[in-house]
Amino acid sequence: MSDAPEPIKSIITPVHLEYDFTAGAAATMFLRGLARRKIIGARSRPGEPVMVPPRGADPRTAELTPEAVEVSDHGTVVSYSIVRVPSDNIPFELPYVCINVLLDGAGLAFFHVLQECPLEEVRLGMRVKAHWAPDDQLDTSVTSIEYFEPLDEPDVPFEEIREHT
Amino acid sequence: MQEVGIVSFAQSNAERERRNEVEILLPVAKEAVEASGMKRQEIGFTCSGSSDFLQGQAFAFVMALDAVGAWPPVVESHVEMDGAFALYEAWVKIQTGEVDSALVYSFGKTSPGDIAEVLALQLDPYCVTQLWPDADSVAALQARLFMERAGVDERALAEVAVRSRRSAADNPNAIVKGESDVDTLLAEPCRTSPLRAHDCPANGDGATAMVIATAERARALCDRPVWIRGFEHRIDPPALGVRDLTRAPSAQTAARAAGAHDDKLDFAELDAPYTHQELILRESMELSDDLEVNPSGGSLCTRVLFSCGLNRVGDAAQRIAAGAGDRALAHTTQGHCLQQNLVVVLEGE
Repeated sequence: MSDAPEPIKSIITPVHLEYDFTAGAAATMFLRGLARRKIIGARSRPGEPVMVPPRGADPRTAELTPEAVEVSDHGTVVSYSIVRVPSDNIPFELPYVCINVLLDGAGLAFFHVLQECPLEEVRLGMRVKAHWAPDDQLDTSVTSIEYFEPLDEPDVPFEEIREHT
Repeated sequence: MQEVGIVSFAQSNAERERRNEVEILLPVAKEAVEASGMKRQEIGFTCSGSSDFLQGQAFAFVMALDAVGAWPPVVESHVEMDGAFALYEAWVKIQTGEVDSALVYSFGKTSPGDIAEVLALQLDPYCVTQLWPDADSVAALQARLFMERAGVDERALAEVAVRSRRSAADNPNAIVKGESDVDTLLAEPCRTSPLRAHDCPANGDGATAMVIATAERARALCDRPVWIRGFEHRIDPPALGVRDLTRAPSAQTAARAAGAHDDKLDFAELDAPYTHQELILRESMELSDDLEVNPSGGSLCTRVLFSCGLNRVGDAAQRIAAGAGDRALAHTTQGHCLQQNLVVVLEGE
């Protein structure tokens, strides 16, 4: 057995595939809005919740969401997590906070990063606003919002955001 | 055995869609549910077939649930297979007695990625995929072997294409259709010898949805439900070197087990994306030479990956429901070179 060759323990088989992403109608409106510092969601009809970001359907009712609705770039933190794991993709200094933010006018929480806030001060119900990228860096991308930052407003009571937490 | 009937069916096929998957699927699922006469919340089970590799996005299949309305929460499952295999799971679920109805859907976009390369990922990752054999070339290996063994020529393959395109002429869902002639097709250069463009599938983007139910429920819902009389799937080894590529033993076993030959078949809808594969399937499934095959034009004329198999079942069911036949075989394949095969035997009343 001692003459047996060393077993091959691993091989590297790189896979590289390229795709043309089709945003579809709803996400196209949303992405184009971000390039103009606007957050555009969608709903099936007046009175129904505004989906942000919109993917084309209201998942509760399975109806198309053809109506574009601009929502505020101010919102309320409805969940957060403190990230301590490094990644090449993340430009923020560790540790940092990622948040689910319910934008004013939206019916769905929106994922982003919170900055300019000490870790111990992050809390559910705190008010935040989008910090937009400079004009020359605006793009049809969520990176047009660099991060969210605290807003000097009273917290929203937990009862009012319970269904989104 | 619980009798299961196909209650409704809807499909959408296009050469290239600018809509995203949810936007394509939603109207199709809605059409099938509304045509079933049931409310969305009344349907006991939801099962889907699709592949995240087509979208290049992990868990893309979960996002598709937006299109069917998963609130209040639904009992739901997914297979990384053609929708016909999701239909099988739904049929089994009804057999267990847990539910009396099911929504089955599938969707696929072949346009976002290089489909020939994406399908190479179905091959052996250690010794084959690294060579990136494109799917058409792998099919061409099979075609060459089959032509040698069976003594058929490129003309016989072109005749399959001419007949399929003619059958597809009246099919609003077909991507490639209309009159063509063998000599004109054969004057075209080979894409990957011995296959020319007409031997390879017309890929597209689309979605499919179907509602099935127990006999009692189906009879209450529609005038002429189409019954699933037999349902089987079998597989052959995936490695290209270990089996005779000129035959599809799993298709033969599945057809026999499904009882395809217990009575006369009026027509068959075969998921044969390449011309030579129709000839292999006819032989392996022991179909008579005069049996009408693919009155819809089949997957050669319209291939929305992960939907085209369910479309074969749905097209066959609609034809029976319309009275154009009483008993039919519908078939679906997965993998390279007809590796996996599913057979449904459908019957009207």
